[in-house]
Amino acid sequence: MQTPKNIIQKIWEQHVVHQEEGKPDLLYIDLHLVHEVTSPQAFEGLRMNGRKVRRPDLTYATMDHNVPTRERHIINDPISKKQMDTLKQNCQEFGVTLADINHPDNGIVHVIGPELGLTQPGKTIVCGDSHTSTHGAFGALAFGIGTSEVEHVLATQTLWQAPPKTLNVKVNDKLGTGVTAKDLILAIIGKFGVKFGTGYVIEYTGEAIRDMSMEERMTVCNMSIEGGARAGLISPDETTVEYLRGRRHVPQGEAFEEAAARWKALATDEGAVYDTVVEIDAAEVEPQVTWGTNPGMCIPVTANVPSPDSTDKASEKDEIQRALEYMGLEAGQPISSVKIDHVFIGSCTNSRLSDLRKAAEVIRGKQVDPSVTAIVVPGSFSVKLAAEKEGLDQVFKEAGFEWRDAGCSMCLGMNDDIIPSGERCASTSNRNFEGRQGKGARTHLVSPEMAAAAAIAGHFVDVRKFTAQEVM
Amino acid sequence: MEPLRIHQGLVCPLDRTNVDTDQIIPKQFLKRIERSGFGQFLFYNWRFDDDGNPNPEFPLNAPQYKGASILVAGENFGCGSSREHAPWAVQDFGFKVIIAPSYADIFKNNCVKNGILAIQASEEQVQTIIEKAQSEGYSLTVNLEDQVVSDNEGFSFTFDIAPYPKEMLLNGWDEIGVTLTYEDKIKEYELARA
Ligand code: SF4
Repeated sequence: MQTPKNIIQKIWEQHVVHQEEGKPDLLYIDLHLVHEVTSPQAFEGLRMNGRKVRRPDLTYATMDHNVPTRERHIINDPISKKQMDTLKQNCQEFGVTLADINHPDNGIVHVIGPELGLTQPGKTIVCGDSHTSTHGAFGALAFGIGTSEVEHVLATQTLWQAPPKTLNVKVNDKLGTGVTAKDLILAIIGKFGVKFGTGYVIEYTGEAIRDMSMEERMTVCNMSIEGGARAGLISPDETTVEYLRGRRHVPQGEAFEEAAARWKALATDEGAVYDTVVEIDAAEVEPQVTWGTNPGMCIPVTANVPSPDSTDKASEKDEIQRALEYMGLEAGQPISSVKIDHVFIGSCTNSRLSDLRKAAEVIRGKQVDPSVTAIVVPGSFSVKLAAEKEGLDQVFKEAGFEWRDAGCSMCLGMNDDIIPSGERCASTSNRNFEGRQGKGARTHLVSPEMAAAAAIAGHFVDVRKFTAQEVM
Repeated sequence: MEPLRIHQGLVCPLDRTNVDTDQIIPKQFLKRIERSGFGQFLFYNWRFDDDGNPNPEFPLNAPQYKGASILVAGENFGCGSSREHAPWAVQDFGFKVIIAPSYADIFKNNCVKNGILAIQASEEQVQTIIEKAQSEGYSLTVNLEDQVVSDNEGFSFTFDIAPYPKEMLLNGWDEIGVTLTYEDKIKEYELARA
């Protein structure tokens, strides 16, 4: 009998081009996603050495980080414009398909890959972006790379990679009502820390994961890197297959059924082992809010902001103290008492149609608190169109949200969407690092539902108890 | 890429943990399409105040650390985004070696590709160096061949590094050039899967 294998081992073995003593494995890459920020120096490197893109057919480019979300054809910043123009020229010169800002397929790279069916189970997928782990939701081995590696993949379609250690995050039981995939991944990082996954590829398993839609699974896998893991994935199942059926880049008809059978066979075998296993009980997870300056600094919305005295380790005390100062918070204050100035619903973590639907449900018929500026930035053109078709844009606009065009936007503020220094934002994105949304900006990560509720209340509220009366 | 065998240099301590890439190089400086010139923006939000004046409290601004080429920091250095602009900035500022208890995977990888040696030391070793570096002119010698870090006061330790990154750094190889010599294998793989 064959030794049972986990999905990470199976995908790895299928992609090893070459192995030799003293070297990492040479791994084949099936899909290379490219965006404007981390690619110009890679294309320049090819040009300088007279090299070509080896497989333009396995390479797909989009623009997302710099894209304005208002009047997108007017790019005020000349350096942003140059970066986008450079990508366009590079794609033309090297024969790479590009969804530029006027293309109907344009959007955040980690939103459009799955939408177009480019992301498929069993593929190795890379992109010069750490949230490439998102694509792991489909049972793909997907990880972020630096620009030198982007150039390496463009030139050779391979990467030298040491086989990763495998880590099973087992999510037992079910999530409670009003508790989302975002709360789960924040709680996981809060519990195990921002570097528990370093050196590992994570496979998420368990009842709560199986119950999730593909969009929820993407939210979980997206933030694997926030726990230190370059990649996080979920074994494919019927949910995966049904999401992909009929998408543009997947096989069609009979060929699809064959592919689906192959995909499902990739799922981790009964009895397979991992280097490490950790467990969490989904039923105990509450809606989360980050209070500090990394995603592991999160607490349930019902809790109080921690104090430096909560730890004995000097470096941790320091870190908590610095985070409290940066965030302008007092140790011991209830997180629900914290007033906010901005709400951002968007980013590759939470800007898909189901995220927007859930946020819209919370605010329907209500009004954004007068002290709050709130924006919604759909993850792609096609999410935007689909949402408009359902009238979600109207729900948001009537409540006082701004309804924008697709892009990364306020997730990192490379375009004009920036939080002013000292102001506070409830954000559905994935990083609350110092200065992430603007110098001196204070970011609190939450789910779309929690962000929506906070927009109405003007401060954080437990979305499970959120009703119109309470806001009054 | 320049080979790195033995390096001696002044040490600059940065006694912080979880230093993320948004701190190493803030996003407003990611728009350049060149590889060079990022050093001036290294740790920008920590190095400069809102008016662009140097923050005297920040170690990189202290005259005693001017010209430092070895950066010593707390655990999980380089966490966050995959931006290679981070090691480019570290290198362009003048650092050739980093010493920390742990690194984020992508950052560490990016360092090797740029000829920066990211040494993993124990927390005690890092704390010792940070304390010693409080005194003026503290420098270390890093011998990659032998995998040894030492000062001239008798403090020294050995470090681990995998054979492949070691070879890349020692020789300053262009990795793509190396990989292209495996063209037959890559073709074979593609044909077998087609
Ligand atoms: S939305 Fe944010 S995290 Fe996602 S790719 Fe864009 S900048 Fe990166």
